[in-house]
Amino acid sequence: MGKPLDLVVLVKQVPDSGADRVLRESNFTVDREASDSVVNEMDEYAIEEALRLKGEHGGTVALLTMGPEQAVTSIRKALQMGADAAVHVTDAALAGSCAVKTSEVLAAALGTLQWDLVLCGAESTDGQLCVIPAMLAQRLDVAALTGARQLTIADADSTGERVGTIQRQTETGYQTIQASLPAVVSVWDTINEPHYPTFRDIMAAKSKPVSTLRLADLGIDAAEVGFFGATSVVTSVVPRPPRGAGVVIDAGADAGAKLVEFLASRKLV
Amino acid sequence: MSSDNVATEVLVLAEHTDGTLSKTTAELITAARILGEPAVVLLVSGSSGEASGGSSDATVDALCAQLGELGVAHVVLARSPEFGLYLVTPVVQALAQLVRERKPAAVLLTASADGKEVAGRLAVLTGSGLLTDVTELHGDGTATQEIFAGSAIVASRIITGTPIYAIRRNAITSQLAVPVQPEVHTVEVLLSASARASRILDSVVEPKGNRPELTEASVVVAGGRGVGRAEDFQLLEQLADQLGGAVGASRAATDGGLYPHQFQVGQTGKSVSPQLYIACGISGAIQHRAGMQTAKNIVVINSDSTSPIFDIADFGIVGDLHEVLPQTITALRERAGS
Ligand SMILES: Cc1cc2nc3c(=O)[nH]c(=O)nc-3n(C[C@H](O)[C@H](O)[C@H](O)COP(=O)(O)OP(=O)(O)OC[C@H]3O[C@@H](n4cnc5c(N)ncnc54)[C@H](O)[C@@H]3O)c2cc1C
Ligand SMILES: Nc1ncnc2c1ncn2[C@@H]1O[C@H](COP(=O)(O)O)[C@@H](O)[C@H]1O
Repeated sequence: MGKPLDLVVLVKQVPDSGADRVLRESNFTVDREASDSVVNEMDEYAIEEALRLKGEHGGTVALLTMGPEQAVTSIRKALQMGADAAVHVTDAALAGSCAVKTSEVLAAALGTLQWDLVLCGAESTDGQLCVIPAMLAQRLDVAALTGARQLTIADADSTGERVGTIQRQTETGYQTIQASLPAVVSVWDTINEPHYPTFRDIMAAKSKPVSTLRLADLGIDAAEVGFFGATSVVTSVVPRPPRGAGVVIDAGADAGAKLVEFLASRKLV
Repeated sequence: MSSDNVATEVLVLAEHTDGTLSKTTAELITAARILGEPAVVLLVSGSSGEASGGSSDATVDALCAQLGELGVAHVVLARSPEFGLYLVTPVVQALAQLVRERKPAAVLLTASADGKEVAGRLAVLTGSGLLTDVTELHGDGTATQEIFAGSAIVASRIITGTPIYAIRRNAITSQLAVPVQPEVHTVEVLLSASARASRILDSVVEPKGNRPELTEASVVVAGGRGVGRAEDFQLLEQLADQLGGAVGASRAATDGGLYPHQFQVGQTGKSVSPQLYIACGISGAIQHRAGMQTAKNIVVINSDSTSPIFDIADFGIVGDLHEVLPQTITALRERAGS
């Protein structure tokens, strides 16, 4: 076994994507109390990958979340998968932060931690921006290995250099991307199959350390972030208009012919 | 360089492969005209006069000619062998330099995986706001996006820096313009060491057959768990070929090994917006709908009439796809024959 790896996994609490999600009427921010909150699904794959790397190389896995006070329930849930500890960045002034400012806060928090690799999900199911990992790499001035469907970390060579290699999932196949550590890696759900925690893991998670960071701890001015510091503003939110009611028929010997008739009526054939 | 630059210049990052502009580039140019005068940034690998290992002068000429056809009067050309060697960062540095030099009113790029990363980094570097997966753009800079897997439509405005918009493919209909002879401004791009952090060792195109690209196809025939067996996807492929379309799949189908993952449609797969989407044996989970509900016409074949996918169907058939698809294939063949 080579040098151990210090791993930080970014975990976001998001409204359950299966349930109805609500934006506040007042300021159009996500109403995190109106819907059930869960760990962003893609982040579970990042945790799983971090645990796999820890198993292979030794080291530590810490979780990092920026979110409201109640995000701690998701942090405890995520800890059940087997990470060692967690850091929770929470401050009333952070509510309504845009992606640009979120990345600033997360980068500052990462600056207070020891790590060789930061793992993220490739996207969050609420914002679905797919930008935080790249923004973090930009701010931290480290390599980005984004969109991984496979990740390997080579043990340190004679110069002490460790190299990460990913298969980056692309629209037409994949690219092999390589970079020296430290690096930010983001993963898709094709990378592994997250395990279910055992009873022992669930019990152990209750006593794992979760430390809290406030904006003041990070030296960030409250006026610069949150709703009032956001780089963009939401001006309206409307539910998707329902599609007009369609025609539904029962299959029979002529269903195919009727389908072709429909296509012809819409000039699709 | 910036002397001929009007205040309402909008930088558009062109997307191109093998000397051909992507269809999305034309959409971006149309969107840029809503905000100002498009100046298209053409980043090509290789240096001038180089024939192998990079783009030849003929390739650059061909791309400029295509931009001229789209009515683009200003092309900003930068060549560097490094654009193709490192992930995303060389493009970011080039654009950041151009934003500094040309002070555009906005920057538009494609909301692809690469495009969104470029947008995010550019926002950090230039101290700007960004909006990704934009589906509509208005003259006052307001952009619409879909959130929560497409169940709500949000309008937002960027209030900081040079607004950066990553525009979703197929969302904006490209408009014809009067062809012009573009003026090509060649720029020297200076890349720092951090542009070389992530090396691209190889790019592998996995075989997709000769069907159209899923995200650009005007017809998509998609299958879910209800297809049952990998072999039965042949039925969908046959129908897709008759209609000149692409084949897609739900996550249950790709996870279950019925069809390759690259064809997954939905929140964590591809977003498609075709003229016609035929969903076969797909229940219509919100994460699947997120990737296809903007299709102009939706046809559903599903044996369970209570499946939520019927809620968004223009034409639905309650029945076994293994019977309905062969009937449809025959009916289409007969129609073509008559
Ligand atoms: C974070 C997250 C992201 C996700 N991303 C995606 C995504 O990008 N894309 C995606 O598709 N899913 C995604 N999912 C999964 C999604 O929730 C559903 O599980 C999935 O879409 C179901 O696929 P399905 O409709 O093929 O399978 P099922 O839900 O099992 O439906 C199968 C359907 O086939 C019908 N059927 C069965 N036999 C036949 C027959 N012989 N003839 C006709 N019909 C038949 C059934 O009536 C049923 O409606 C995601 C989930 C999560 C949590
Ligand atoms: N508030 C947050 N706290 C912790 N991690 C986050 C946060 N927002 C985004 N991330 C990470 O960044 C990834 C991509 O998110 P996004 O760019 O919002 O799609 C997520 O999967 C998380 O790993």
